[in-house]
Amino acid sequence: MVVSETKPNPVGESKPRLDAREKVTGAAIFGDDIQFGNALLHARILRSPHPHARIISIDTRQAEALPGVKAVVTGKGFPGYIGLYLLDRHIFCRDRVRYVGDPVAGVAAISEAIAEDALELIEVEYEILKPVIDPEYGVSSEATLIHPELDQYQVASFILPQPNSNISNYFKIRKGDVDSAWDNCAAIVERKYRIPHIQHVPIEPHVAVAQVDASGGITLWGSSQSPFAQRNLIAQALGISQSDMRVIAPYVGGGFGSKAGVSMESLAVAIATKVKGRPVKLLLTREEEFFTAFVRQGLIAYFKMGCDGDGNLLAMENKFYWDSGAYTEYGVNITRASGYSSSGPYEVPNVKTDSYCVYTNHPVGGPMRGVGMPEMHAGLEQCIDELAQQIGMDQVEFRRINCVKEGSILVTGGKMHPTGLLQCLEKTAEAIGWGHKAEASAANKRRGKGLALMWKAPAMPPNAGSSAWVELAEDGRVTVGVGGQDLGQGSFTVAAQMAAAALGVPYEWVRVATPLDTRYSPYEWQTVASRLTWSMGNAVVNAAKDARQQILEMTAEAWDEDLENLDILNGMVVSYKSEREIPLENIVIYGLPKADDQGWIGGPVIGRGKFMPDYVTGLDPETGQGERAVVHYTTGAQAVELEVDLDTGQIEILRGAAAFDVGKAINPELVRAQIEGGFVQGMSSALFESLNLKDGYVQNPSFVDYRIATSSDVPGGIQSIIVEVPQDDGPWGARGVGEHSMVPTIPAIANAIYDAVGVRFDGPPFTAEKVYLTMLEAGIVK
Amino acid sequence: MGFHRINLTVNGEMEQVDVTGYMTLLDMLREKLVLTGTKNGCAAGECGACTVMMNGEPVNSCLVLAVECDQALIVTVEGLARDTQLDPIQKAIMDAGGVQCGYCTPGVLIASRALLDRNPDPSESEIRAALVGNLCRCTGYIRIIEGVQEAAKM
Repeated sequence: MVVSETKPNPVGESKPRLDAREKVTGAAIFGDDIQFGNALLHARILRSPHPHARIISIDTRQAEALPGVKAVVTGKGFPGYIGLYLLDRHIFCRDRVRYVGDPVAGVAAISEAIAEDALELIEVEYEILKPVIDPEYGVSSEATLIHPELDQYQVASFILPQPNSNISNYFKIRKGDVDSAWDNCAAIVERKYRIPHIQHVPIEPHVAVAQVDASGGITLWGSSQSPFAQRNLIAQALGISQSDMRVIAPYVGGGFGSKAGVSMESLAVAIATKVKGRPVKLLLTREEEFFTAFVRQGLIAYFKMGCDGDGNLLAMENKFYWDSGAYTEYGVNITRASGYSSSGPYEVPNVKTDSYCVYTNHPVGGPMRGVGMPEMHAGLEQCIDELAQQIGMDQVEFRRINCVKEGSILVTGGKMHPTGLLQCLEKTAEAIGWGHKAEASAANKRRGKGLALMWKAPAMPPNAGSSAWVELAEDGRVTVGVGGQDLGQGSFTVAAQMAAAALGVPYEWVRVATPLDTRYSPYEWQTVASRLTWSMGNAVVNAAKDARQQILEMTAEAWDEDLENLDILNGMVVSYKSEREIPLENIVIYGLPKADDQGWIGGPVIGRGKFMPDYVTGLDPETGQGERAVVHYTTGAQAVELEVDLDTGQIEILRGAAAFDVGKAINPELVRAQIEGGFVQGMSSALFESLNLKDGYVQNPSFVDYRIATSSDVPGGIQSIIVEVPQDDGPWGARGVGEHSMVPTIPAIANAIYDAVGVRFDGPPFTAEKVYLTMLEAGIVK
Repeated sequence: MGFHRINLTVNGEMEQVDVTGYMTLLDMLREKLVLTGTKNGCAAGECGACTVMMNGEPVNSCLVLAVECDQALIVTVEGLARDTQLDPIQKAIMDAGGVQCGYCTPGVLIASRALLDRNPDPSESEIRAALVGNLCRCTGYIRIIEGVQEAAKM
């Protein structure tokens, strides 16, 4: 996969984004921008007002009679189940509602206002059931069963639901002997943390438009990270062929996981099946966005860890209760991922972990940037700091000793691949000026520094695959077909850079076939797990190499030369032997005359490529041990310097530094943009964000009551450092970084607050009020 | 239902539109004039994605009624560039890497253009203050702020 260094190579250069001009001129088309004309119907959804209830009856007659209403749909006609790893929900509720917001009925009408009015006319009789609102209570035998049918659901082989309980997945690690290790520890830290639910808050709300054609084929347009998964899951739920389900996915206005898998899209599709060919649009309101789209699930985490007098970590015992909410599109795999990564980026000989995915009557937990890792590291990396302090060791030194290095035995028993974690640690500590305490800017302020490490593997099935094609036009310009989405992270740009490099054409010659369309785009599992640069990148490189091979073989035959003397440079086929050259234009469509000029060879060039990892082994269900749990880990470090205002409790982040081992930065500026953006999203989750739930009801579903970071909150500078220790199966050695950048932010900030004022919290957000009251309680302020 | 006929200038073009009394400027732009560059993020004046210039001032178009726009001068993101020549703020934010998903971008560009029109040499804190109503979830704002600083130099 290594392309000769002497050739012009756009890989490693900060090429401009392919999509930037469209996006700054307002020309970029997002889901809600697509025009459907007067045939378009508007859908609204009647949602459960109760966290947990049985549906006794639904009467839709009055709503159906309202002029302008074209269809009223309930769960009655849709018995199929839907779910990515565990098929545990219907498109519309049929006999039971499990969270406030659960879809009960849908209306399609000629205007949104009429659809909204029709919802008021639907009468639903409920029998209220006792809700479960705490995951720790949820695992107990006293808790009401939210899914009594759990043992009948279809489930992926690596997910282990516990029948007759609210546990949708139970993942265990049993490595070494934890119980006898505690006696050898010189210091032990034991802590409990609560990480609240938060919302992804893409600025673009979810939108889906569905239409059924005359032969029963369904087209879905939507803001989607997962067009292919949606094709598969919705087709399965409706009992139709995947080939009859087409998903078209234009630009996505922010996803962060919330637009992965299937959330509201199946509602639009189900309604569309009842309106005779008219397109039906469902656009979530911002209020709906906060609690009916996926949320980042809550976590209650227990950590116990110990080390010897020299600072060597000896044992960890962790218990995670994931508050997955009413259904678990992704929660079950987050539970698994936090289990197989539960040591954090450290080599620990004895580990015992119990990770539970627990049904509650809360909003549905989906994947969010980091899939469980920010929540888990939030507590783990504070315990590491505390342990180092207990034995009187510098926290950076403690991490240096214990962090995973190449060959370290992992928590799942396998060996760590080459990693630049140690470099990330050292560079980040240096950048933040570790060990030097600066004066606070005012007498009523205290200054502190904090640092945290992270690791994260793509959380996905072992055989998640990618494919790509590369096609050339008469002018020699190149179109790359991919099925992975650009959510803003820059995947289209990176795909074009890789195709250009692998084929031998300038970057400016390459475009990407958009919008994604499952009818024409090549298959991609999903745009999640920070896997595109690595997995889709490999497929793109393979497709470009295939096209290149076709061109070179044709030319070799036409010129009667040896293949190894030919190359493609800057869009020209050249021979190093005969010094002949010919531009790609025309020959990639019409071919070349044969060497004897009697006829033609070649023809239109389309290269194809795929990639699927074939080496991930399973894990023992009792011990969580196995040879290779995941494809790879991206590692990194982050540090902050902040000030705490003693009068108000307000925290100001003065500056940040972060280093991640990306294997190879295909586009360094795009990598830095991810490092910065993730830092600020992590900072926002640390300081401001919590989806407040009371008895199952979300208390703050608006931007006024749910605050995210604004331009006035961010530090003046974040130093982004790129470390490159190549991934053996990554294109040019690359591995992903999109999600990783927000994983260590909460603990880095928590550790810095402790450094500044000596207080710790049982979880974020570290709001001014909480910080002030804690300082008051601790006697730091009066 | 009563319609109101309004006359206004949008991106330099005279427009005559019939609107209901409750139609917002945002919906008029997107639905009647099919100027979909202006985005709907919350319909409540909280996210800034729908920011347009009305008589030179940035407004949340989801909070302005179309009927209030009779005789108004409106500039949307589509009106920033002259033919293929980008406005300096478009070029600067693009070059600074201040665009990721692009959904907040139209509002950010208009709010920044309005700032530079009234204050050609803003300080960093003035830029931050001018953009505080434009939520961005991708970039972390830093490159957007840098872009506005660069545009001020152009």
